[in-house]
Amino acid sequence: MIEAVGLTKRYGAKTAVYNLSFQVRPGTVTGFLGPNGSGKSTTMRMILGLDRPTAGHVTIGGHPFRELPNAPRQVGALLDAKAVHGGRSARNHLLSLAQLSGIPASRVDEVLGVVGLQDVAKRRSSGFSLGMGQRLGIAAALLGDPQVLLFDEPVNGLDPEGILWVRNLMKMLASEGRTVFVSSHLMSEMALTAEHLIVIGRGQLLSDMSVRDFIAANSAGFARVRTPQTEPQQREKLTTVLTEAGGRVMSEPDGALRVTGLALPQISDLAHEADVRLWELAPHQASLEEAYMQMTQAAVDYRSTDDQLAGFQQGPQGALPGQLPPGSAPGAPGVPQGPPQLGWYAPPPPQPGQPHPGVRGSVPAPPAPVPADQNPYAQQAPEAAPAAPPAPAPAGPAGPGLTKNDDSTPGSDTPEDAR
Amino acid sequence: MTTPSTPAPYQQHPGVPGYVSPVPLRRATLLDALASEWTKIRSVRSTIWTLGVMVVLVVGFGALIALALRSVDLPEGESPVSLGFVGVLLGIIPVITLGVMTIASEYGTGMIRTTLTACPSRARVLAAKGIVFFLLTFAITLVATALVSAAISGILGGSTAGSVWLGATVGVSAYVALLGLLALGVGSLVRHSAGAITIMIGVVLLPLVMALFMMSEGLRDVQQFLLEYSIPSQLAIFYGTPMGEDGPTGWESLGLMGALVALVLGLAFLVQHKRDV
Repeated sequence: MIEAVGLTKRYGAKTAVYNLSFQVRPGTVTGFLGPNGSGKSTTMRMILGLDRPTAGHVTIGGHPFRELPNAPRQVGALLDAKAVHGGRSARNHLLSLAQLSGIPASRVDEVLGVVGLQDVAKRRSSGFSLGMGQRLGIAAALLGDPQVLLFDEPVNGLDPEGILWVRNLMKMLASEGRTVFVSSHLMSEMALTAEHLIVIGRGQLLSDMSVRDFIAANSAGFARVRTPQTEPQQREKLTTVLTEAGGRVMSEPDGALRVTGLALPQISDLAHEADVRLWELAPHQASLEEAYMQMTQAAVDYRSTDDQLAGFQQGPQGALPGQLPPGSAPGAPGVPQGPPQLGWYAPPPPQPGQPHPGVRGSVPAPPAPVPADQNPYAQQAPEAAPAAPPAPAPAGPAGPGLTKNDDSTPGSDTPEDAR
Repeated sequence: MTTPSTPAPYQQHPGVPGYVSPVPLRRATLLDALASEWTKIRSVRSTIWTLGVMVVLVVGFGALIALALRSVDLPEGESPVSLGFVGVLLGIIPVITLGVMTIASEYGTGMIRTTLTACPSRARVLAAKGIVFFLLTFAITLVATALVSAAISGILGGSTAGSVWLGATVGVSAYVALLGLLALGVGSLVRHSAGAITIMIGVVLLPLVMALFMMSEGLRDVQQFLLEYSIPSQLAIFYGTPMGEDGPTGWESLGLMGALVALVLGLAFLVQHKRDV
């Protein structure tokens, strides 16, 4: 059991982690997600006592790591696959760690076998690929056969076979009753591995819930409705009827309608009453990846833009007049007639500085609203907002309406005054 | 979807630790850390290279000088063994390098995080590194200085007092190993190989070089102090050829260097305890 309470870490003026509280329970794989630079690794280092929190504390089984009796037998960690002396062979690297921890040397050959490096055990690790380095790091984490395991991006650089192996290893370790805490930014991987998710963005807790709840709370389950393409007036008619009935209707690029706020049978009934034929009426459940992108898009620090090669363009197209500013997003241009077309993810992102409604209430010292003068992100919020989500911006008049929730997103209702 | 609907296993066994390892459990001690550091220091090439270069410098220079001076009479009262001085002076540099690398390479590669995850006690890790490095360096330097002293005596003949022999082997080796330990302390404070090595070379050379240029009368006292207490001068004392008249004796300079090492390592202990890695 790992328990963090009000964990905060500042490096000079930069706040890496702010008021983070969570628990990681034994018996399940807990995924630790966040965009690059969101504070995942800093949090991992604080759990291991490598960095001292500026405020708050984190314990493993009730003790801070550095005061744990027999720490290497209770906690194993893979922090960085390249954190080995390249001139030392894999076996000597593990042997030195085993000796340091008071673990029998025979265990070294065991873990080398577990990770499949026995054939290269005598080779200097500087020649290892990133995937082999990950395996060596996992071997080091498993040396003490510990109760608590932390893995920071364990599948980076692994081949598909290795990814599958890591996935099964994590699940197996958790099923033995261990606490397994795995950070990643690969959402699809977490969907297959983790049962519970802790999501952070800009160092703050965004969500702490099971994968199932996470998807339910952060993805708008919506209905795809398609009317006969030959009769556009039917489409407009249905849009009006559904909107009057309290649903929200958006247009999809291919001409289908995306309806939220109404159950499928209701949509069918309304269409029937309005005498509109339906060619398609299908439920859509968002994937974890969609849910994650939706949740973290406001908290992304490093956002890529198009490489316009502006300084090298010749002739009239050089300046690219009317080009959208970088950061505005796909889906923005060319709003079609009729219902407004939205960005990819329907509900709005949670506002920075605002604890996500999905945060578990039972966590000690929940990240309650913080006075603005203490919250380093409070001042940043106005700057962050324009750069943030592409979705609401081009939505025009429909934007505010989106923040109301529908049945499947009880938690995504964001107060207007949060900005 | 992808998550199984069965309740998590920990709910089936509430209240007990979820997993008990069959690997025999025992608390690690300083002895384990010493074994670990021994594995580390013997399993990287830089150890063999630096100590090998040191032995070659010490023995090679001593023997070459002895061969060159076969036909020359030594000054009155000077033991032939003291010709080993130049080799040892050069041999200091690889020892400093190894001392710094022993700790700074862990910071450079990030290995230190792995190490401190396996052993949260910074003091134990630093102590083990210091002990293993000191003993190894002392042993190798002792072999080298004994070899060169024997070689010089064999080439030049002549009798040498037992106390000079002791100083030129055990005394010099202890001093060089302590100097390496100082480098290890500086390495753990600076955490950067090149920076720490530069600092240490400055510590060894600068006082003497500065003293050579202090020609004015007003600086006479400072110059005298630097000449007597610079590291090469203190090393020369072990050979019975001090650069000043009333500087420290050999065993006093060992004490001085020991105190300096204790100071720097003490600071390193304090800083390591507080610092993020």
